[in-house]
Amino acid sequence: MAQQDANVIDQPEVLKPRMVSIEISGKKYEVPEGITVIKALWYTGQEVVRGAGCLGGFCGACATYYRTKDDPKVRTCLACQMAVQDGMSFTIMPPFPARKAIYDIQTLQDPKQDLFNLYPEAPLCRNCNACTESCPQKIDVREGVWKAVFGDFKSVSEMFMDCVMCGMCTPVCIADIAPNLVALYVSRAQGAHFTEKPQGLETRIKEIQDGRFNDEWKKILAMSEKELADHCATVK
Amino acid sequence: MDIHALQQIVHKTRDARRKQTIAKFSPADRDQLIHKYHPDYRASAYRPIRFGPNADEKTVVELATLLEGDSPIRDDMDLTPHYTTDVLVVGGGGAGCAAALHAHGAGAKVMLATKLRLGDSNSVMAQGGMQISVAPEDSPVTHFIDTLKGGHMQNDHELLKVMVEEGPSIAKWLIELGVLFDRQADGNLHVKKGGGSSKPRLVTCSDYTGLEMMRVLKDEVINQKIQLLEFCAAVELLSDDEGRCTGAIFKDLDNHRYVVVAAKSVILATGGIGRLHIQGFPTSNHYGATGDGLCLSYRMGARLAHIDTFQYHPSGAVYPEQLIGALVTEGIRSEGGHLVNATGERFVNELDTRDVVSSSIIRECEEGRGIRTMSGRVGVWLDTPLLDVEHGPGTVEKHFPAMMLQFERFGIDISKDPVLIYPTLHYQNGGVKIDTNAETNVNNLFVAGEASGGLHGRNRLMGNSLLDLMVFGKRSGLTAASRAGAMKQGKLTLKHLQRFRAEAGKHGNSSGVISPMILPAYTKKTG
Repeated sequence: MAQQDANVIDQPEVLKPRMVSIEISGKKYEVPEGITVIKALWYTGQEVVRGAGCLGGFCGACATYYRTKDDPKVRTCLACQMAVQDGMSFTIMPPFPARKAIYDIQTLQDPKQDLFNLYPEAPLCRNCNACTESCPQKIDVREGVWKAVFGDFKSVSEMFMDCVMCGMCTPVCIADIAPNLVALYVSRAQGAHFTEKPQGLETRIKEIQDGRFNDEWKKILAMSEKELADHCATVK
Repeated sequence: MDIHALQQIVHKTRDARRKQTIAKFSPADRDQLIHKYHPDYRASAYRPIRFGPNADEKTVVELATLLEGDSPIRDDMDLTPHYTTDVLVVGGGGAGCAAALHAHGAGAKVMLATKLRLGDSNSVMAQGGMQISVAPEDSPVTHFIDTLKGGHMQNDHELLKVMVEEGPSIAKWLIELGVLFDRQADGNLHVKKGGGSSKPRLVTCSDYTGLEMMRVLKDEVINQKIQLLEFCAAVELLSDDEGRCTGAIFKDLDNHRYVVVAAKSVILATGGIGRLHIQGFPTSNHYGATGDGLCLSYRMGARLAHIDTFQYHPSGAVYPEQLIGALVTEGIRSEGGHLVNATGERFVNELDTRDVVSSSIIRECEEGRGIRTMSGRVGVWLDTPLLDVEHGPGTVEKHFPAMMLQFERFGIDISKDPVLIYPTLHYQNGGVKIDTNAETNVNNLFVAGEASGGLHGRNRLMGNSLLDLMVFGKRSGLTAASRAGAMKQGKLTLKHLQRFRAEAGKHGNSSGVISPMILPAYTKKTG
């Protein structure tokens, strides 16, 4: 037993949760310290339909504005990934009416030029850096917008691999750019138009079409349960 | 004790462990381990379903209760349709988007309804990758064999053959849509080795494979102007006089009104059941994973398969408290991460199948070799810093940016310190029984993705889910679309519901709950 007791991680905060005061959409509540923002909503009895999705930090549904005690700076977070603390004030971001351009990615003729037709506001960035500061995924969004405009689609696609499309970069833009949507277009164009076609994949598709594996399939599918199990055991 | 003090044993034993090779279990030992420790074999968690297509078969209590549950719909409801379409897709994850895009591409009129936003799903969280046999030394047959072994030989052979053979063309389709898979220097797809696989076969987009695929598929659904019905939860299906599926009833979660949709075919792509928290397990699943499609299909008379088996992903976070149940990707183990107990020992080949690894973690913890937290949880260490030691500094950060960020938010640097993990409820191995076109035994009712059953046998192999979504999403969409032209819209009735209620009555009425659940009840009702 002594051995087991030694293997317990200290979590005094869990044993006796300290209650903290927070503000949700301007209204005061007491909640246990350290629970996530989304759990604070549930704890205070609020039904959540909009504002929750994967609960794992990937879908961007729970984009939230928050401010900590006595700090004037309003920051952003994903509600499922942020712990509450005393004096915190937060509100879930409502859906923002950003304009998404409509395009057929496969038939674009000149994707780098098309960017300016689809998103004519993209080159109007005034370098305020608000988008970068608003990104809960810590992407250098402003840099990404400039790289997109200068045609460096490859860099943009790499920089925005972390983007969960929460859209928090959009309401802050004084040039009305929706950087996440610009980056999505750019990344798709990079994948569809500027990335080498994998030769091995083409070869495999053709092999399957030409029936290269047919004999092997015939053999496998004709096996009895026992034979198949024995065969499986030989594949390591 | 302080967590850092407890972590020391992992650092101290690292060099010695690196020289060790741990053999996989023999089939007999593996079966013994699973029977003793896997949650699927905890008899008290199961009971027979009282009535319906799977009457007298056992499943977990939580699911049996929902399957026997009553519909929120009165069977004399006015069924004048608000919308009419050829193909109605229910669910906005990977399978739903794939089904909608292929049906639309084949010329059908498509509507996609989802109870959350388009794209809110488990698919978006898939980190490990997608199994596709593209490497020259690999083949679809080897993929088939590996999957069969993982599934305890219980997989539906026809479904499985279709999936492995269509894999490569799915990769091609996604690349053409702009999905950025990781590449080798020569431009070919980079493949990683996954647990339970004999060859490297995981196609990845760093540890954001599902997110990258879903960003692209969602964007494409919008670009193709497919009609969307978001924040609308399916609560009942519709049938004609012959019992064929002819549409569905939704509840609009914004204004609480019912919406009736008439459709020539319905494709349910409603995902899994993690949010039922079977046996009290935490889950890696998204907010809406409440098994709605199973309840809807069951009332309609569709047979379910393998609904007594669930996948507990070996590595759910146990610490910090805020991340409980969140997934620590299998990719860590694919790249050589060790599982280490409280005495600093490895206890399983980390690349064995998920059921084996989970069972062995539960064994360590039940036999007192786990590390406990004050909140009453227990787990074992996953040696993440080992990856930087093996493959050079910066490896964890470069290969697992999503996971780095997730823990960094709570002041934990996983490239320097190991993480505490325990199995988390991850996947429903079974589901509604389908044929190779993803159609159920109910005509014109299709089920694609996690909600379907048969393909994965009794344990899904890592990386096969994303492929399952794409292949059977596609096949359901194409089949439903191909029928639409020659078909008339069937009558909208609730006769299946009347039949279901009559049968429930014969067996002492329904379980007393209303199903589907739609969303889990996490809201605290009283102060």
